[in-house]
Amino acid sequence: MNKTWLVAKREFLSRVQKKTFLLTTILLPLVIFGFYALIIYFTVKSTDDFKVAVVDNANIFGGKIPSKGDISFIFLKDESTENLKVRVAKKEFDGYVIVGNQFNAAANDSLVFVSGKTVGMMTRSDIQKRINNALENQRLLSSLNISKKTLDSLQRGNEIVFSTLEGKAEDDSKASASLIVGYISGFLIYIILFIYGTMVMRGVMEEKTTRIAEVIISSVKPFQLMMGKITGIGAVGLVQFLIWICLTLFLRVLLPLIIPGMAEVTQPGAAQALETAKSSGAFSQVMSSLGGLNIGLIVGCFVFYFLSGYLLYSSLFAAVGSVVNEDPQEAQSLLLPITMPIIFSIVIMQSAVNNPTGGLAVFGSLFPLTSPIVMMARIPFGVPGTVPYWQLILSMALLVGGFLSTTWLSAKIYRVGILMYGKKVSWKEMSKWAFRKS
Amino acid sequence: MASILELHHLQKFYATQKAVSDISFNIEQGSIFGLLGPNGAGKTTLLRMITGIFYPDNGHIMFDGKRFDPVNDIIKIGYMPEERGLYKKMKIGEQALYLAQLKGLSKAEAMEKITFWFKRLEMESWWNKKVEDLSKGMSQKLQFVITVLHEPKLIILDEPFSGLDPVNANLIKDEIYGLAQRGCTIIFSTHRMEQVEEICDHIVLVNLGAKILDGTVGDIKQQFKENQFSIKLHGITAPSNSQAFNILDQKANAFTVKINEGFSSNDVLQHFIQQGIVVESFNEILPSLNDIFIGIVEGTKSVTRAFQPVTD
Repeated sequence: MNKTWLVAKREFLSRVQKKTFLLTTILLPLVIFGFYALIIYFTVKSTDDFKVAVVDNANIFGGKIPSKGDISFIFLKDESTENLKVRVAKKEFDGYVIVGNQFNAAANDSLVFVSGKTVGMMTRSDIQKRINNALENQRLLSSLNISKKTLDSLQRGNEIVFSTLEGKAEDDSKASASLIVGYISGFLIYIILFIYGTMVMRGVMEEKTTRIAEVIISSVKPFQLMMGKITGIGAVGLVQFLIWICLTLFLRVLLPLIIPGMAEVTQPGAAQALETAKSSGAFSQVMSSLGGLNIGLIVGCFVFYFLSGYLLYSSLFAAVGSVVNEDPQEAQSLLLPITMPIIFSIVIMQSAVNNPTGGLAVFGSLFPLTSPIVMMARIPFGVPGTVPYWQLILSMALLVGGFLSTTWLSAKIYRVGILMYGKKVSWKEMSKWAFRKS
Repeated sequence: MASILELHHLQKFYATQKAVSDISFNIEQGSIFGLLGPNGAGKTTLLRMITGIFYPDNGHIMFDGKRFDPVNDIIKIGYMPEERGLYKKMKIGEQALYLAQLKGLSKAEAMEKITFWFKRLEMESWWNKKVEDLSKGMSQKLQFVITVLHEPKLIILDEPFSGLDPVNANLIKDEIYGLAQRGCTIIFSTHRMEQVEEICDHIVLVNLGAKILDGTVGDIKQQFKENQFSIKLHGITAPSNSQAFNILDQKANAFTVKINEGFSSNDVLQHFIQQGIVVESFNEILPSLNDIFIGIVEGTKSVTRAFQPVTD
């Protein structure tokens, strides 16, 4: 046990002390966040104040296009085109629209917008939307004599509330919050299995190719070496995740302070146009119903499925690492049977988040090779609502049984493989090693 | 002298072949023991059983008077395998410390011993270097230090001199003698017969998983001698034959003779002295271990040629 601890310590320290660890752990998320921040900054920044002159000869708008945010409208009458051009050149305003005397809103006549410089996409669609809204209002008023407000209330559908048998009203936003959390947790576990699994495999291959394996095996049991490696790398994974979580929280707090515009983007308020307000309202509803999920249970299960799933797969990765020689191609073909169930899990997960009580989802969340990903995608939908306790307990028990047996089998392959040089090992031989007595 | 290691009828089978079939021998405390054999003879398997990496399928090992217990006895054994290496990216000092701790030393003990050995072999300046920066010879030296660091009772060296220049090879050789004098037992496995002849007290030759020869270097040479002598006569170029010997080879006044059965070297000398011929030198020709090795290994492949003389 003591020796396993020594091995784990070395595996952990040798990875954590590497410059690449710092680089991937701290710089990578920073770079990604910085990149996003930059994009957001520029989208916010690019809508400079934009002044539009509307020469409303037909008096269609009646001066009623709202000047909101960065775009403002001024209304003129009977200006000549030359005069307008001069005023644009003088930067009194950035562009103009002439609404001719014969303009008929009901006939969908087109308007021409003239500007000094090319207008950005965002600004362009914004101007278009506001003018069209005003026109629509005008058309409704002139032909039906009702306001847009009345029409909107006529068109609005009645709300249908979805409720479970227990009588708890389930609003949409909670279902979508569960879906998002489920999806993210499942996907995180998928990534963890791959990143740290291959890290274990490469570590084992390194020991084999540098020929240190036998030196170490003469003082440590192969099982201790393998478990030490798995534990050490697992700890690296946990630390890396902790750092990422801290960084995310830190940046969430810090980012709006650095870029004031961010606040508007992340917490859209009344200032936004109608559509964005609608969707972002749903967004903030989702955000608030995240609090309604059982976060403690989800985090607890996440840690359990993360660790057990990692233990299950990493020992398999270690076994593969131990049988390959220097040739990475060989590893590729041997890895296929291990990566297949992981990829299957992702496929099952897609259907599980949409139908968390379906047969495939239940099977996937019980079967140990897929349960870390699939079960994690189902849990946010509610325990014991969607996932009954018996399923959760059975899934956990099967997973523990699963990782104990893969570790046991892998250790036997590892023990032989690590001392084997130069020979390409077939599946038949590997299974012979795994199931041999003693 | 007491045996440190006794192998009793060890057997090890792999899926398809017998790697070691019924090998027994004893190794005395403080001796330098040579384990010889061609490639694939079962040496590595044998060594892996002695170091506790493999369990024998049959038979047992006595270590230091008790039944060999791999978990607890491992600290008393230092093994330098033929397939050896170190972590390339790890600093040398840390690496030595790590491997010594894995053997079971405490950190303080390990530090003390590393400092001692690094000083002794002039490696102190290496502490912060990485293994990938070392030459092959240097890393061999490091590997040797790591093997003997924890002062094991039994040191097993598989081809210890491969990749070493003569200066460093001598350095290591002196260390091996020193360790043997201080009571360590050394098992030395190699194909290089001249090194065995120079270093080992006792040898065992294995081939095809079985023990073929077992004895001291001197005894084995005596056992395989062919009663051949080289004799140098003053001024004589064509000596007459006698019934005591046959002349096998002649170079000027130096002759190789083979003494016939029932006669001794004195009969040969007498023959020349009676004729009044001056004998300048007279030596017994003992076969080299190399010759014995090649002869036996080739002999065991075909049964008919087993143990036949190989001079012709």
